[in-house]
Parts: sequence; structure tokens; C-alpha cells
Amino acid sequence: MENVLEAKNVNVFYGDFQALKNINMKFKKNAVTALIGPSGCGKSTYLRLFNRMNDYIDSFNMQGDIMVENKNIYNKEIVVEELRKKIGMVFQKPNPFPKSIFENVAYGLKIQGVTNKAVLKNAVRKALQQAALWDEVKLDLDKSALALSGGQQQRLCIARTLAVEPSIILMDEPTSALDPIATAKVEELIRELKQKYTIIIVTHNMQQASRISDYTAFFYMGEMIEYNKTDTIFTNPQHERTQNYITGRFG
Amino acid sequence: MNNSQINRLKDKTFNYFGIFCTLIGLVILAFFIGSIFYDGLRRIDWDFLTSLPSRKAEKAGILTAWVGSIWIVIFTFIIVVPLGISAGIYLEEYAKKSRLSSLIEVNISNLAGVPSIIYGLLSLEIFVRLFGMGNSILAGSCTLALLVLPIVIVATREALKAVPHSIRAASYALGASKWQTVWEQVLPASFGGILTGVILAISRAVGETAPLIVIGALLYVPFTPSSPMDEFTVLPIQIFNWISRPQHEFTTNAAAAIILLLLITFIMNGVAVYFRNKWQKKINW
Amino acid sequence: MKKEKIIEGLLKFSALVTILTTVGILYVLLSESIAFFREVSIWEFITDKEWTPLFVKKHFGIMPLVAGTLLTTFIAISVALPIGITIAIYLSEYAHKRFKKIVKPLLEILAAVPTVVYGFFALTVVTPFLQSIIPSISGFNALSAGIVMGIMIIPYVSSLSEDALSAVPKELRNGSYAMGSTRLQTAFKVMVPAASSGIIVSVILAFSRAIGETMIVAIAAGQQPRLTMNPLVPIETITAYIVQVSLGDVQHNSIEYRTIFAAGITLFIFTFILNNIGFYIRKKYREQYE
Repeated sequence: MENVLEAKNVNVFYGDFQALKNINMKFKKNAVTALIGPSGCGKSTYLRLFNRMNDYIDSFNMQGDIMVENKNIYNKEIVVEELRKKIGMVFQKPNPFPKSIFENVAYGLKIQGVTNKAVLKNAVRKALQQAALWDEVKLDLDKSALALSGGQQQRLCIARTLAVEPSIILMDEPTSALDPIATAKVEELIRELKQKYTIIIVTHNMQQASRISDYTAFFYMGEMIEYNKTDTIFTNPQHERTQNYITGRFG
Repeated sequence: MNNSQINRLKDKTFNYFGIFCTLIGLVILAFFIGSIFYDGLRRIDWDFLTSLPSRKAEKAGILTAWVGSIWIVIFTFIIVVPLGISAGIYLEEYAKKSRLSSLIEVNISNLAGVPSIIYGLLSLEIFVRLFGMGNSILAGSCTLALLVLPIVIVATREALKAVPHSIRAASYALGASKWQTVWEQVLPASFGGILTGVILAISRAVGETAPLIVIGALLYVPFTPSSPMDEFTVLPIQIFNWISRPQHEFTTNAAAAIILLLLITFIMNGVAVYFRNKWQKKINW
Repeated sequence: MKKEKIIEGLLKFSALVTILTTVGILYVLLSESIAFFREVSIWEFITDKEWTPLFVKKHFGIMPLVAGTLLTTFIAISVALPIGITIAIYLSEYAHKRFKKIVKPLLEILAAVPTVVYGFFALTVVTPFLQSIIPSISGFNALSAGIVMGIMIIPYVSSLSEDALSAVPKELRNGSYAMGSTRLQTAFKVMVPAASSGIIVSVILAFSRAIGETMIVAIAAGQQPRLTMNPLVPIETITAYIVQVSLGDVQHNSIEYRTIFAAGITLFIFTFILNNIGFYIRKKYREQYE
């Protein structure tokens, strides 16, 4: 399988604090890669590097290269808005816009200048179907997204991301605010989405990582300790720290 | 009576004193409004609303005054809304922490404390004379727009602040630019708060008298304005004019005009409070 | 991304309009005042005890106007301070939440009523009422204007003071209750001292508001500059003088015209100093609780 994303010698600082230390990593296409580790280990910061969401933090400073399709996305000529259309993101807490369900999903296309109603309708339906939400909301597309349940909101946020047709989807603990049933639905969705998309997911939940991911990387104190096939990491970790973490001795 | 009984008694007494103080201002105001209605209500009729001012009290009307007020409100609105909201957006969404942005912030709180009559002096020299606007509706609107600008800016900033950061993050993550995020997501989500601020600002502008007198708004205008470059009068100035006259009939006219002015003020404030409550209820992200 | 830059530029310009306004105010007040002080010495301006620029025999002593301004302001503050602070304490320590929710916006109405209406109130209701008690009081006087102004600024004192009281950590209040204090003792011995800087700020800002108030004093206090602390006779405030000149027919660039800018800059200096003391204290006490 080919690599779609690569981090080369990445160091990240917040002011004087070093959040990530010399990370080198390649991500496989159409696979789910889980980033695990105790809180504060830098895994969320790392995830946000790939769509440059850290740019808004004043003290943020990065060295190294993040390569997407063999281009460094931190190059000056990269238009960050274009990058984010290719690399979508789903956040920890569902964050639908305070607008209708339709408007939420159509937003990404509208800001690209798509105005044709038929095109938008089609795209919205397709995205909601992909996110396994269509049957639940198809009669209520004009209702406020805030009226949906938490699990539905999160799937809406996934649909919203899919509508822009990215190739990579970043997920930052997407189920941490959901109940077990909603979590199961989102996990099922992630498994289906990997047919078409490359998914990188940060998770606190080790069972979740083992259930849905193909590859797992373990982070500790800003370092990437171990990166391997998920089966290997969970059955035969090479490092003691990884072993301790996944068996629940700390974290 | 022992010590703690005395303390309890004091406590209770203060309770009643507190209620008394809370209500006294309102009661006085209510009494006053009542007496104005008693004086002025019978004076309000169709003729009063549609007549030009006159030296005879019983013939005088407030047509020029309320038409002038409407002109002034419209142009003040046109000037202050884009200016105030833009400034609020800049300070809240764009400005990085710098000396300039903190200077602007301190400056805005200072402007909010400058007496309104000083704005009159500013406009008299700048708009009326330097820019050659004369004592026109446009000059008056510019004056009031600057006067209420801090209200709109502060309200805009508060409303923008209330929009959770996650909304902005979601928009950026979908590839939206900064302006698209502000225009498509943040502004609509803060609409209620901004609207409240704008209504309060306009309500303040409707009642302002002193700065308009300073720039030369007229006490006696025998025609209704037909363009923003025309001379004008407004309701509060007409009221002031009638109050200044010794004859009792004019006092009745003043009372009648005050009823209208108060109605406008109260309705605007009521609507603003309504929007504020409704908007606060709506956001439970 | 050029569009983005243009938009940001426009937004920034809007924010800078506020700076331009301040620069404009300073420029206008200073340039006209400097022209004024070329003809009248600053010494005369602050020491002469008469203000008669519109008479044939001209005197340019600002003192009578300042005295009139301070007199009406002090009367207003002595009305608004006790009432406003009592309201603040009552609302934060005694009142039911529901009562508070209804009363607060109602109190704001006091500050929302146009000042010309208050002027009418002072002239046609309060002055006749005062005349029935004190027959010697003039038709125009500082007392009536001051009292009405006091009613108007009640919400300035009460709402800022109440904010200050509610910013005091709950633990302090509970601590006092736990020691068996009544609400009154808690209010005055614990809450008010803890919120004192905020309460002081509210009074300073109300003071500044009263000094700059124009229409009430222009209508009800008279147009006779007089160096007196007698609240029963007509006086003139700085603001009322500016209105008086604006209503008359004064030639541009004449010394009479410039007096309103000299008066204006005096007013501006007073309010500017008061406001900034207020901001400074507020900033300090905000830091205390952070």
C-alpha cells in the first residue's frame, strides 16, 4: 500500500515547551491509523499539524516537514484553505453550526462557490448517506442541527466533512462525548469509510483503537515510542512503556 | 431585647429600606410619566402630528420634528452599523494582541465616557465647517453616529465573544477562509446580541439633544427636509424649544411631544431586552 | 487571498475611526482653545471670579461655571449614591432572583429616558414642588436640576456596584453566614469592603456622567454664571453655557465663539481624568480576583 502522508523530523514548540520531539512517520492510504497515548502526550497537537489547525495558536512553532502527496504543506505557496478541503477534520465534541441540517452539510461546498441547488442537494444527500444519517434526517433537513442528539450531531459533522470530498479525514477523539450506542455507530461508520478514505484517529480508548484501526502509534511525552500494525502493538509490543500503557498500568 | 434580636430587627429594617430605594426612582418616574400623559395626551391628535410648527401653541404641530428624527435615525443607522460592527469584528476576530489594539480598546472606553456635548463641538468644527456639510441632517447623523459608535462596538464584541471557538474551528477545518468563517458562521450566530446593541444605540441617538443644538440644528423649522443636506430639527429639540417658552400652552405641547418620544424610547428598549432574552435562551451549544 | 486582505484593511480602518474621533476631539478643542488663550491669559481664565463673555464688559473666569457644574453634580451624587448603593446591596444580598430579574431592566429605564424629558420634569414638577416647601427658591435653581440628575444616574451607581458585589467570591459570604452574621452584617462588614473598589468606580463614573450632563441643567438650573454654593438660586454649568452660546447668534472665529471650546476643554479634562481613574481602579481590582 502506498503512503499518502509523511512526517519528517517534526518538532513542535509552544513557547519554550516542546510538545513533539523529532517525529518521523508514514501513513498508509485507505487505512485507519490510531494515535494513542496518555493525555498531554502530544497526539492531538500532532493530528492538528496535518490540516494546520495549530496555526491559530500564537506561541505555536514547528520545525520539520509534513508531506502530503510529496508536497510540504508548510511551504509558503500552500493555500491553507485548499489544503483543508483535501484533509477534513472531525472534532472531539460535536460542533454543528447553529443552522439547519442541510446548511451544515452544504456549507463546505457553498464557500467553494457552488450555488446550483440540484448539485448541493445531491451532495448533501450523498454525504448524509455515507455518514449513515440520511434515513434519520431526510424528512428534517430544514430543522436546526442543534436539535439532533449528540451521536447524530457527530455523524452530521462527519457528513459535513465528507461533502467536501477530502482524501484524508482527521478525527480527534470523535466519540469521547458520545454514549456507547452512538459510539458503536460512529465506529461502524469509520470502518466503512476507510474503503474510500485515509483516516487518522486520536483516541483515549484502547479498545476502540484495537477495534477500528489497522495501524497504531503510541505517543508518550511528545515522543513517538512505537508504531506498527495494530495487532502487533496490542499483542506483542516492543517497548515496555507501550506494554504498560495498553495493559492499563498508567494513562 | 437581646443583641441578636436587635440585629434581626436591623436586618429586616434594611430589607424594607432596600425595597423602598429600589422602587423610589421607578415610582417617581411613573408618577412623572403619569402626569405627562395627563397633561399631554389630550393634545395629541392628527393635526398635532401633521402640522408645521407655529407661534400659536394650539396650532403648532410636530410634523417637522418627527420627520427630522426619522431622517436622522436612518442616516445614523446607515453610518454606525457598518462602522461599529466592522470595528467590533476587527478587534475581536482579527487584531492580535499589540500595543495598537490595546490602545484602541482603552480609547473606546474613553470615548464612551466623553460628554455628548463634546461630540457637538467636534462636529461643529469638522463636519459642519471643515467638510462643509453645514447644519444638515448628514452632519447631525455623523455626530450621533460617532457618539453611539462605542455602544455598537462593545455590543458586537460581546456577541462575538459568546460564539464558541469550536464553531470557528469547524468552519476552518472545512476550508473556509477567515472572512468566510466570520461572515457565514460567526456573524449570524451573534446576530441577536449585535441587534440588541444597535437598537439601544439608535434609541440613545433618538433622544439626544445637546450635540445637535451645538452643531446648529434649528429650533424652528417651517418645512420638512427632503434631502440629507437640508437643515432639520428633531423631536427632543422641538420639546426643548417648547419647554423654553413661558406660555403654559407650549408646556402642554412639550408634554404631548414627550409622550411620543418616550413611546419610541420605551418600545426600542423593550424590543432590545426582548431580543437579548430570546437570544440568550437560544444559545445552549 | 487579496480579497481577504482588503476586507481586513476595511475592518481595521473602522476600528481606527475611533482613534480618529479622539484625535479629532483633541485637535478641535486644543486648536480653538489655543486661539482663545492667545487673547485671554490662562491665569485670568482660572482666577477671575466672573464669566461674562457675552456682555460688553467681558470677564473670562471659568470658576463660576465650574462651581455651577460641581454644585449640581454634588447634589446629584448625594441623591444617587445612597439610593444606588442600597439598591445594589439589596439586589445582591436580599432580593429574590425573580425580583432582581424584573427590576434590573426596569432600573435601566431610568438611564434610557432622554435627558430633555428629565429637564421638563425638573422644571415643571420638581421646582414647583420645592417652591411649595422652600418659598424663597428661584424658578431656575441647582437643587431641582441636581435632584433629577441624581434620579437619572441611580442605575449607573446601582448596576456597577451590584456587578462588583456579585464578583465577590461566594465563599466569603458563606463564611460570614456560617459565623452567625445576619445578611445586613454580612453585607456591610464583608461584602461592601470586599467590593469597595468596584463601588468606588461606580461612583466615579456616575460623577463623570453628571458633570457632562447638559439638557437637565440647561433647562432647569438657569443661565446665570455665579460663584456660589447656594442651591436655591439660578446658576450656570459649563454644558449649559455651551448650549446657550450655540442657541445664540455668535460669529465664527470671534472670542465669544472660542469660549465654548475653552469651556469644552475644561469639561473634557474633568471627565477624562475621572474616567481614567475609574478604569485604572477597575483594572486593578479585576486583577485581584484573577
